[in-house]
Amino acid sequence: MAQQILLNNIEVPGLASFDVYRKLGGYTSVEKTLKNFTPDEVTAEVKKSGLRGRGGAGFPAGMKWGFIDKSTNNPRYFVCNFDESEPGTFKDRHIGQLNPHQLIEGMILGSYALGARTSYIYIRGELFYVLRIIEKAIEEAYANGFLGENILGSGYSLDLYCQPGGGAYICGEETALIESLEGKRGNPRIKPPFPAIVGLYDCPTVVNNVETISALPWIMNNGADAYSAIGIANSKGTKLISACGHINKPGIYEIELGLPVEEFIYSDQYCGGIRNGNKLKAVVAGGSSVPILPAELILKTAKGEPRLMSYESLAEGGFETGTMLGSGGFIVMDDTTCIVKNLLTFARFYHHESCGQCSPCREGTGWMEKILQRIEDGRGTMKDIDLLVGISKHIEGNTICPLGDAAAWPVASAVRHFRQEFEDHVKLQKCPLSK
Amino acid sequence: MQNTKNTTEFNSETLELVNKIIRRYPKGRQKSALLPVLHIAQSENSGWLSSEVMDYVASLLEIQPIEVYEVASFYSMFNLQPVGNCVIEVCQTGPCWLKGSEELLAHFEKKLGIKPGETTADGRFTIKTVECLAACGNAPVIQVGTEYHENMTNEKADELLSKWTAENKCSHTNPYL
Repeated sequence: MAQQILLNNIEVPGLASFDVYRKLGGYTSVEKTLKNFTPDEVTAEVKKSGLRGRGGAGFPAGMKWGFIDKSTNNPRYFVCNFDESEPGTFKDRHIGQLNPHQLIEGMILGSYALGARTSYIYIRGELFYVLRIIEKAIEEAYANGFLGENILGSGYSLDLYCQPGGGAYICGEETALIESLEGKRGNPRIKPPFPAIVGLYDCPTVVNNVETISALPWIMNNGADAYSAIGIANSKGTKLISACGHINKPGIYEIELGLPVEEFIYSDQYCGGIRNGNKLKAVVAGGSSVPILPAELILKTAKGEPRLMSYESLAEGGFETGTMLGSGGFIVMDDTTCIVKNLLTFARFYHHESCGQCSPCREGTGWMEKILQRIEDGRGTMKDIDLLVGISKHIEGNTICPLGDAAAWPVASAVRHFRQEFEDHVKLQKCPLSK
Repeated sequence: MQNTKNTTEFNSETLELVNKIIRRYPKGRQKSALLPVLHIAQSENSGWLSSEVMDYVASLLEIQPIEVYEVASFYSMFNLQPVGNCVIEVCQTGPCWLKGSEELLAHFEKKLGIKPGETTADGRFTIKTVECLAACGNAPVIQVGTEYHENMTNEKADELLSKWTAENKCSHTNPYL
């Protein structure tokens, strides 16, 4: 069994209540840290642990904290990104509804390190039932002296609140999230300045993902060295992988980074293989935004080495033959799947979710959806296939935020690896896999 | 318009909740409470935001009505047209599609005799298609109010529809309660 840092007690009944969580050693990292560590020492510890942002970008968390501007007298803010909306990703909901105190404990540690006196958990509006669970847990944390004035007599005070979104994938982009938290449309800001300098209410702000924050208590309890001893190369620690699609055991798995992809898909400990004994066709390994890979390239790199679940190994080969770990949203497709139709649902998603600020994304996502619909319906031409790729190239890199790239990469990679299937749609004037 | 306005106003209990939410943000930043307050306002106005309701929210938060309109029209959870008593939101993104969300949606359409975006003649049900609900491991998924219904099948849909019809299900309840 892999080391469980985030899910070790997840099956304990009543874990969402303060008493049960506390009995299992919950909040000891706060006691230890407020007593023995200065805020800068906490940041140093997180830097040393090698923990990377688990929302999808994989940016080193401690380094991000290090950018926060401590030179002004402005308040500083620590914000949790709980806008989990990347198709294929459903790990944060799991933590939020079953183990909210672990997240709150992490929020206290991060807030202390950054010198934040008010922190927010921004949660997608669809998950209001999870918001209610977290708000109840926050109340319990106040009642037991872990939030509010002068926590455990340390002199450090913190208020923590939840804020619901309104149904907009773009608010998972940190500057759009900040705009939304200010009560505005979720339009991403131009960077720089980065939020660490000019963030919420124009004050220095750090935004981290739920999973990143939830790893902090373990790191402070066990030390950076213990954390960085897990994993491989620059992929330290554990990662939650939410696996879905045509597998026997969809669900949320905590893996030690470096696990072979083949073992993850076929072992009974994880996905348990492909449903009905079907053949594996393709995998989208890190949420809908990352390039799709055909079976042979997800199991082995182009060099013939086993592909591992790590930032480096999944990226091996660049976008030509590789992909990204992303958010850990692992979507598996068997040989009954139409790649064009699956891509069409993604294209519709990005078109729907584009905020509309940048023309290439606002217009291009709609064009890609229309062309894919036409190909899927058997009305496409061979030229359409190149047109699709052309549009994706004109979106990529030409937008304020990464949503444009996220919309472009699935299209470009699907055509790169499954061109024949697109051509078959055109030749047959229908979906070759339709019943 | 005086009469309409009276009915849109929150009762004292809801106002207390709204004020509690406003206090979570720094002085002068009460606009931050806009999304939470719009969720509450929508639930109290049969599931949609009329311009009267939005104007009322603007007055509560001491911001311009346009600041409310531009936000309400941006986020997909806010309905700017009347909806049925029970809104059934069916996820249609990739992972749900892989597990049969198209067949599920077609089943709801057939059962209720309406298309997405439409409301049954008796005003009971509205079908809405939505994008990824972050529950892909239990696909296909639907949402009704703040409830998730996962691992959906046509049989499960029939059971839920009978149940909701019998109890005259309303999906517009204050999401904070």
